[in-house]
Amino acid sequence: MNANGSPLLLVEGLKKYYPVRGGVFAAKIGDVRAVDGVSFSVQEGETFGLVGESGCGKSTLGRTIMRLEEPTAGRVFFEGKDLAHASKTELFQLRRDVQAIFQDPYSSLNPRMTVGEIVREPLLVHNIGTKPEQIEKVRALFETVGLTGEMINRYPHEFSGGQRQRIGIARALALDPKLVIADEPVSALDVSVRSQVLNLMVKLQRELDLTYIFISHDLSVVEHVSDSIAIMYLGRIVEIGEADTVFAKPAHPYTRALMEAIPVADPDVHHQSVPVKGEAPSPVSPPPGCPFHPRCPYAIPACREAIPPLEPVAPKNGARREHLAACIRKHEI
Amino acid sequence: MALLEIDKLRVGFDTEAGLLVAVDGVSFTIEQGKTLGLVGESGCGKSVTATSILRLVPNPPGRILGGAINFDGIDILKLKREELPKIRGKDVAMIFQDPMTSLNPVFTVEKQMGEVLKLRFGMSREAARKRSTEMLATVGIPDPATRLTTYPHELSGGQKQRVMIAMALLTEPRLLIADEPTTALDVTVQAQILNLIRELQKRTGASVLFITHDMGVVAEMCDEVAVMYAGRIVEEAPIGDTFKRSRHPYTKGLLRSLPQKSHAKKADLPTIEGVVPSLLKPPPYCRFADRCWKRKSLPEALQKKCYTEDPQLRPFKTSLVACHYPLEDTEQ
Repeated sequence: MNANGSPLLLVEGLKKYYPVRGGVFAAKIGDVRAVDGVSFSVQEGETFGLVGESGCGKSTLGRTIMRLEEPTAGRVFFEGKDLAHASKTELFQLRRDVQAIFQDPYSSLNPRMTVGEIVREPLLVHNIGTKPEQIEKVRALFETVGLTGEMINRYPHEFSGGQRQRIGIARALALDPKLVIADEPVSALDVSVRSQVLNLMVKLQRELDLTYIFISHDLSVVEHVSDSIAIMYLGRIVEIGEADTVFAKPAHPYTRALMEAIPVADPDVHHQSVPVKGEAPSPVSPPPGCPFHPRCPYAIPACREAIPPLEPVAPKNGARREHLAACIRKHEI
Repeated sequence: MALLEIDKLRVGFDTEAGLLVAVDGVSFTIEQGKTLGLVGESGCGKSVTATSILRLVPNPPGRILGGAINFDGIDILKLKREELPKIRGKDVAMIFQDPMTSLNPVFTVEKQMGEVLKLRFGMSREAARKRSTEMLATVGIPDPATRLTTYPHELSGGQKQRVMIAMALLTEPRLLIADEPTTALDVTVQAQILNLIRELQKRTGASVLFITHDMGVVAEMCDEVAVMYAGRIVEEAPIGDTFKRSRHPYTKGLLRSLPQKSHAKKADLPTIEGVVPSLLKPPPYCRFADRCWKRKSLPEALQKKCYTEDPQLRPFKTSLVACHYPLEDTEQ
């Protein structure tokens, strides 16, 4: 939390719908509700884990926060300034403070530019420093992420997946951002390389006072790095809280199902049954009521009637962040 | 009795830079009804090994350089091209990470499943439709009769995967080769598919070769595990030994680098430093030596062996391990 106690990032009722067109005149016949009314806050210096399965809207949420996608509704405050309604010039300035790391280190780096040029580009765009100063900064960034300054004249294809992800991180850090949105930053990497990149991200957070939004489908990775966590299902947050609390006492049946479904690297632990049946429904035609009810083992008729709001699971009792879940039976199950 | 026996398999790819030996002397056996996990990181040769069994390695650039693949007494590598269909899709079936590898986008599910049944069992259209519907129901496709008339693109990722598995199982294969079959799926769907493979195996007594990079999936599915590194098997053992008494420093390193409850939040995770050696010109000594944490802990005099002799897979306690200094019980 910063001096006046307000969060670094505040997201309020954020929605991102994509029109579905059909028929002879390609008229709008519906919406893909990729993000459907999401609110949360991120405190300075923390890692906020955003978890969910494919199609739950976690990546769209990350992109909409950065205004890489125009929001359909809602507001995004960064240090009190509304990103969702900022003008182009304001946005240009805000972009310095909010940077992204992407999943695929093979497609997010331009193959025709040297890696030094790639990392230097944000400095050029924002017109920061003289050319020698920029090159000096790029060299320093390479050292920061565990590469060497001599590598700056090489091309992306000369690097391994893990090294490319380090280059992606160096590029994100070029403008000294405050918030880094990392979308599946280690999902494409092998296990042994994955832990190197995770260690680097944690080290950089400590040394540079970074705040992360860490988007991932991998709960074990999220648990390791996150201070807070939100679970998404079909465009909505179904559970949110301090990471330790949510992992210790998951309140939403979907969170529980996710945790139970992860294969444990221990042959003595065996899943006796399948945690949930079926697959997530299409965000074009979400089911009525709680979006999870068709798959939920605890569903009752009342679950079909209204979308359950996010409500406290337990009294806050001095916790840093309140534990909330969107389930009408959260106290019974 | 061993259903599948692979002996000193070598597979290479002709590249501009020369011959790349992706699989370099791999041997293992799978018993009737058992599941062997073949694990390792990208490029270790696990998928090439698997595709060699059905002789599906694209040629060129791929070439089988040597070895033998014995399936129920038949050396698959000695079969003539025209004899291959005897094995493929009948006694041995394969499922892939990308279901569109085995599904044809221009035919309905019914047409594709029916074709298999007509070719194998000479089934009539009616009989094939009935059998296909049953099989789709078995793999958990809702409303199977309607699904039969759909095209693959109309199905979700999980459903495509189920249809591919249904097709692979139509002929009741004795060996199922599963190459990362759940890697592209969500965890809740993965749990369903893994359960499905287990149940069908229990019912039909099929053997399974399960290729994956996910140690969690291995622990869930396999009876035995072969760990591959840089084209070789470095450790093979019963599942409990692989996880609780790893003998090769690479296996141990892989398991340690997984984030676990026991790791303090944001604490440094153990890593395996360095990179896999090039398979164009692999070193004539231990391929893991450069990255090996165990070697680094040894006195210099002992380390010399790691840099001069190529370790062979040999028995050590209850495992097979290719290391000059396998891990003792006290090092677990």
